[in-house]
Amino acid sequence: MMSTLEMIDQQVHPAVGEWELPAFVEESAMPSREGDRVIQYREALREAMSEEMRRDQRVFLIGEEVAQYNGAYKVSQGMLEEFGEKRIIDSPISESGFAGMCIGAAMYGLRPIVEFMSWSFSLVAADPILNNAPKMLYMSGGQWGCPIVFRGNDGAGGQLGSTHSWCVEALFANVPGLKMAIPSNPYDAKGLLKTAIRDPDPVFFLESERMLGDKAHVPEEEYYVPFGRARVCREGDAVTLVSFGRPVQFCMEAAGQLAGEGIECEVLDMRTIRPLDIDSVIESVRKTGRVVVVDQSWPFAGISSEVITQVCERGFDWLDHQPVRVNAADVPTPYAKELESAYLPNTERIVAAVKKTVG
Amino acid sequence: MTAMVKTRGGAGAGLSAGLSDDVVIGWLRDMVLIREFELRTMSAYQQAKIGGFCHIYIGQEAAVVGTFGAVEHDDPVVTAYRDHGHALARGMSPDVCMAEMFGKITGCAKGKGGSMHMFDRPNWLFGGHGIVGAQTPMGAGLAFGARYEWEVMGRGKKKVCLCYLGDGALNQGALHEAMNMAGILSIPVIYIVENNGYSMGTAIDRGTTMADKLWKKAEAYGIEHRTIDGFDVCSLYDEFRPFVDVLRDEQRPGFVDLKTYRYQGHSMSDPQKYRTKEEVAGHQEKDCLDRHAHHLMSERGCLSEDAFKEMQKDAKEQVKEAVAFAEGSAAPTVEGELYSDVYANPQKNLSPVRDYAHGTKNPLQ
Repeated sequence: MMSTLEMIDQQVHPAVGEWELPAFVEESAMPSREGDRVIQYREALREAMSEEMRRDQRVFLIGEEVAQYNGAYKVSQGMLEEFGEKRIIDSPISESGFAGMCIGAAMYGLRPIVEFMSWSFSLVAADPILNNAPKMLYMSGGQWGCPIVFRGNDGAGGQLGSTHSWCVEALFANVPGLKMAIPSNPYDAKGLLKTAIRDPDPVFFLESERMLGDKAHVPEEEYYVPFGRARVCREGDAVTLVSFGRPVQFCMEAAGQLAGEGIECEVLDMRTIRPLDIDSVIESVRKTGRVVVVDQSWPFAGISSEVITQVCERGFDWLDHQPVRVNAADVPTPYAKELESAYLPNTERIVAAVKKTVG
Repeated sequence: MTAMVKTRGGAGAGLSAGLSDDVVIGWLRDMVLIREFELRTMSAYQQAKIGGFCHIYIGQEAAVVGTFGAVEHDDPVVTAYRDHGHALARGMSPDVCMAEMFGKITGCAKGKGGSMHMFDRPNWLFGGHGIVGAQTPMGAGLAFGARYEWEVMGRGKKKVCLCYLGDGALNQGALHEAMNMAGILSIPVIYIVENNGYSMGTAIDRGTTMADKLWKKAEAYGIEHRTIDGFDVCSLYDEFRPFVDVLRDEQRPGFVDLKTYRYQGHSMSDPQKYRTKEEVAGHQEKDCLDRHAHHLMSERGCLSEDAFKEMQKDAKEQVKEAVAFAEGSAAPTVEGELYSDVYANPQKNLSPVRDYAHGTKNPLQ
């Protein structure tokens, strides 16, 4: 028998090589969200990757059309020119192959960024991304981790029909060992992606084709948005609206409309799903007594179910009304415009859900 | 263990006849150890001291020993679930390997992996992987990482990755995606098909096209290939070594159809109705271990019968001690290990149930 069991140091895990997370600051100390350096969401993503690639030679980008084509959605435009073909790599259409390959590269010591043109296409890579990446550290008894970022478009809204409109958050967030970030705006897209690249664990980074052209001020300076800290986008005392990703925008629209009727919603953008900043949700619920969770994935065993369960577990006594969820309709994503817009958790449905809780 | 044979030299220069006696005797010692280890594993499994699935390597020893003999200690290796032989031949102590199967904290994965998941960081063994074919893109990635290191980062050296798979994995999509990528990106991964003729209970010609011309699969991806007899460790080395040297130097992929045979069932729970006893006996007549022992004693004349007996006795003793070590080791504690090694950076609120933590250091680190 071993006489003494040596503990792993809390900061330096031997399984993932050198890693260093930046010192995170409070939201109030972050660079301002107001300003005139207005760029697109896709440019914010590109800045995050380019900055981290300049900083760390271990970081490379691989995916379908990321190099010569400049990205199927132009996220990686110009990166081939700056970093060369050894670090910006066009892959064949083999999600299982290149995702699995990058897991090996991450174990070897590199920091791969794997772009899925759409998260819908990641389903053929389920074994590497779910069965290998998040479990490697555990399965090897702490010998090898998997510092890797999988990123791509998630969610419906472009009339792409059912197979191309996946919201993978509920399906994948179920697996322990991975982290999941889902920015709703350009500022967070940059700050969260930089954190994702620096984090030593596998990060599933969910973007949205519908948001890539969104514009906002993004600071030029380096900043990192910490995982596990929700942002209060709008303060209110009537109802807590919890969301993440693109539906945060619908929540803000709904909150604006409701304010006109005298109902002040507090809107929380979770920013990461795993870790989930339940503390901020509870803090808000203590004030409002009401919670509506808006989630673009399906309702059955979804993220909204998880948030509501945790609210009930930790804040049941503060609730004045049963929690309410607004999800995508519980059907495969339809093609027709009218059906698709009814399918999504739109502003109208959010307004109705809020009214139900305060009515 | 002397598996990490240092045999630097140009193509063809290091063929087995030119190797020192120590090296070729070391190969036999490794093969004997693996065989004795597996015999003990089987009895421990039958006594329910080992749980889960358990796949025995007996019969295939030359395959791993001969191929490892042709590479460097720091060349990455990854394999499938029939991995005890790979772990031992890479230099893992039998104690640690057995303790893993017994589910003990002293095992290579602290009892969290089991028989199919042998990981050994100091010996560059990147697992034991349980899903058929899952390790094949990973093998490409390990080789990619090594190549990237010297090519982009300007450090390290030219390496090859040995990625082992069974013939059953030939029909997994992951392998074909990986081979295509290895071909396109010129990745120095060598796919070694340990072709024992059966994917579980399905004979190769019932599940795989061109079963007698597996090299055609590699040709489809522009990958250079060899078909090698895996029953004679010396001739295996003689053919494999120059192949490795060229692929290392030119940094491109390879494929080997390595003919071998397992004497035991697919796993411990296999009644083996798909083959005859005569078939197994026929292969045992050309047993790789006997053949190499005979070669060293009668042809090369560098090993006495007594020394061989001594070697067998030592291996038996070593393995017996491994069982005692495993039995005497503590199980991982629920408090210390259930929620550790899940995240390298275990932050708050990753789980609704409780916080993750770091556990004990791996015994191999």
